[in-house]
Amino acid sequence: MNALAVKAYDLRQDVLDIIVSGGGGHIGGDMSSMEIMLTLYSRMNVSPEKQKDPDRDRFVLSKGHCVETLYAVLADRGFLDIEEVKAQFSRFGSEYIGHPHNTLPGIEMNSGSLGHGLSVCVGMALAGRMDGRDYRVYTLMGDGELAEGSVWEGAMAAGHYRLDHLCAIIDRNHLQISGNTEDVMGHHDLHARFAAFDWHVIDVADGNDVEQLNAALDEAERTRGKPTLIIANTVKGKGASLMENKASWHHHLPNAEEYAAISRELKERKEALEHE
Amino acid sequence: MNKIANRAVMCEVLKEAAAKDRDVVVLCSDSRGSASLTSFAETYPEQFVEVGIAEQNLVSIAAGLASCGKKAYAASPASFITTRSYEQCKVDCAYSRTNVKLIGISGGVSYGALGMTHHSAQDIAAMSAIPGMRVYLPSDRHQTRKLFEALLQDDQTAYIRLGRNPVEDVYDESCVPFEMDRATVLCEGTEVLLVACGEMVKPIQEAAALLNARGISTGALDMYCVKPLDQEGLLKAAQGKRLIVTVEEHAPFGGLGSMVAQVISAHDPRRVINLALPDTPVITGTSAEVFHYYGLDAEGIAATVAKALEG
Repeated sequence: MNALAVKAYDLRQDVLDIIVSGGGGHIGGDMSSMEIMLTLYSRMNVSPEKQKDPDRDRFVLSKGHCVETLYAVLADRGFLDIEEVKAQFSRFGSEYIGHPHNTLPGIEMNSGSLGHGLSVCVGMALAGRMDGRDYRVYTLMGDGELAEGSVWEGAMAAGHYRLDHLCAIIDRNHLQISGNTEDVMGHHDLHARFAAFDWHVIDVADGNDVEQLNAALDEAERTRGKPTLIIANTVKGKGASLMENKASWHHHLPNAEEYAAISRELKERKEALEHE
Repeated sequence: MNKIANRAVMCEVLKEAAAKDRDVVVLCSDSRGSASLTSFAETYPEQFVEVGIAEQNLVSIAAGLASCGKKAYAASPASFITTRSYEQCKVDCAYSRTNVKLIGISGGVSYGALGMTHHSAQDIAAMSAIPGMRVYLPSDRHQTRKLFEALLQDDQTAYIRLGRNPVEDVYDESCVPFEMDRATVLCEGTEVLLVACGEMVKPIQEAAALLNARGISTGALDMYCVKPLDQEGLLKAAQGKRLIVTVEEHAPFGGLGSMVAQVISAHDPRRVINLALPDTPVITGTSAEVFHYYGLDAEGIAATVAKALEG
C-alpha cells in the first residue's frame, strides 16, 4: 500500500467538498493532477515554517485553474486549514479564490492566465544559479495550455540556459474545455517537441501513479545540463467513473446525486488501495 | 545641446548600483543596444540576462527573478514591453507584487518613420489601468538619474518610459529638484497652468516662457509621476487658474490629460485642454517634426493657450 496513493483519494474528497461548497471549480483537471501535486509536495523542500527560506524549492501552478487541488495539498502540508478553505472558497471577500494568489501561505506566484508559469520558473531557476543555491523549481502545466505561445518562449529559454534545476510537468489528460486536445490544437509528438528545445523528456505512462511519478522526479533530479519535462499521462476527472475522461467535466458542478456517487466511488477506490 | 540620452543615464545608474548590489539584474530582449545597456551587459555579465526577441518571456522571467529577491530591470521597446507583454505585466509583476521595473525604451514616437508598430502612444493608458502599477516618464537626463536612484530603493513594480534621443535639459545639473511621486514646479503663474510628462516637459517649459513674455502669466508642472499622479501638487498648482493645458506624447485617451481632467473635475472644476497625439497612426517624421505638426511644441502650445484665452 502506498500511503500517498491512498491519501490522494482523501484529498479528492476535499477537492469535491471545496468545489461544491464554493459553487464551482475545475474538477476535471483537479482530479487528474492530484497525484502530481501530492507527490511533488511530498518531496519538495517547503514547509510553513520556512516560507521565506531562500533555499526552499519553488512550485508555480501554471494551470492555475486547478487551485482546488493545490489548496487541498497545501492544507495537507500544514500551510492552510482545509475546513477554512471549504467554508470560504469563492465566498464574498474571501482570499480563497479560484486561482492561486500569493497572499496565501505557500503560494509563490499568482496564476490563472495560462502560459506564464514556465517563464516565471526560468527566472526563479536563473536566480538560484546566480546565487549558487541548490533549490529546485517546478511548474505544472495543462496540455491545453501548451497552445499558448509564451510556453514555447519559456521552453526555449530553459533549454538555452540549460536549467537543470527546473522541472516542468504536463498534466497530459488529453482533454480541454472544448474537447480532445488533439482536435482543438494538436500537440502531436510532445516528447519530440520538447526534446527539440533541448529538454530531457520523461514519459510517465500513468501520471496518476505515485511510484511512477516519484521515479520520474528522481530522474529529473539526476539530470544535468538540461531542464526536464515530465509528460504525465493522466485521466481527466480521475477518481469516479461518471466524470473520468469527459471534457464536459472540465468545470462541471456536481449536483447532490453526483456528489454522493463520486464520494462513494472515491471511498471504494481508497479502500481498494488500502487492501493492496 | 545635450548629447546624452536618458537611457544612457539609466545605464550609468544601474551600473553604479550593480557594482554595490549583486541583486541588481538587467534583462533585455535583443534590446541591449537600443536600451543603451550594452556596457552593463559587458561589465556585469553575471547580472545580465538575454532572453532574445521574446517580450512576454522577458517580463515573466524578470518576475521569477524578482520573486527570488532580485531587483529586476527589464528593458525593451516601450511599444512591445507594454502591450505585447501586457498580460505578464499585469499578472506576474503587478498582481504578484514582484519587484520588476519595466523600462520602455524609445517611447512615444521616438522611432519616427518606423511607424505605428514601433510607436508607443498607448502605454500610459495601458499601464496605468493595472492596479499596483506605477508609471513614470522622466523629463530629462538629470531627473532620470534621480528617478532611477529612487526606484532602486523600493521593492515594487513600476513602468518607466524613456525616449530614444537626447533631449534638452529641463533642469540645471547643479540643482535638480526631485521628490518621489511629487510633481516638480517648473515655474509659477497666475492665469494658466501647463502640465506635461516625459519629453513634453521641455516644450511646456519653453511655452511658459513664451506666454509669460507675452503677458500671460503661466505656470508649468512636470508631472513625471503619472501614476500615482500627484493630485495634491496638481490641485495646488491649478488653484485660481483660468485654464489648464496638458501636453503628452500619447494617444488622446487614458493618458496624462485624462487623469488630470479627472482630478480637476472631481475637486476643482475648470477648463482643461488636452494636447496629445491624434487617434490615428501618427504622421511620418522625426519627433520634432511630429510634435510641431500636432502643435505639441512650445509655439503650438502657446498658440493653443492664447486662442483658448481669447475664446
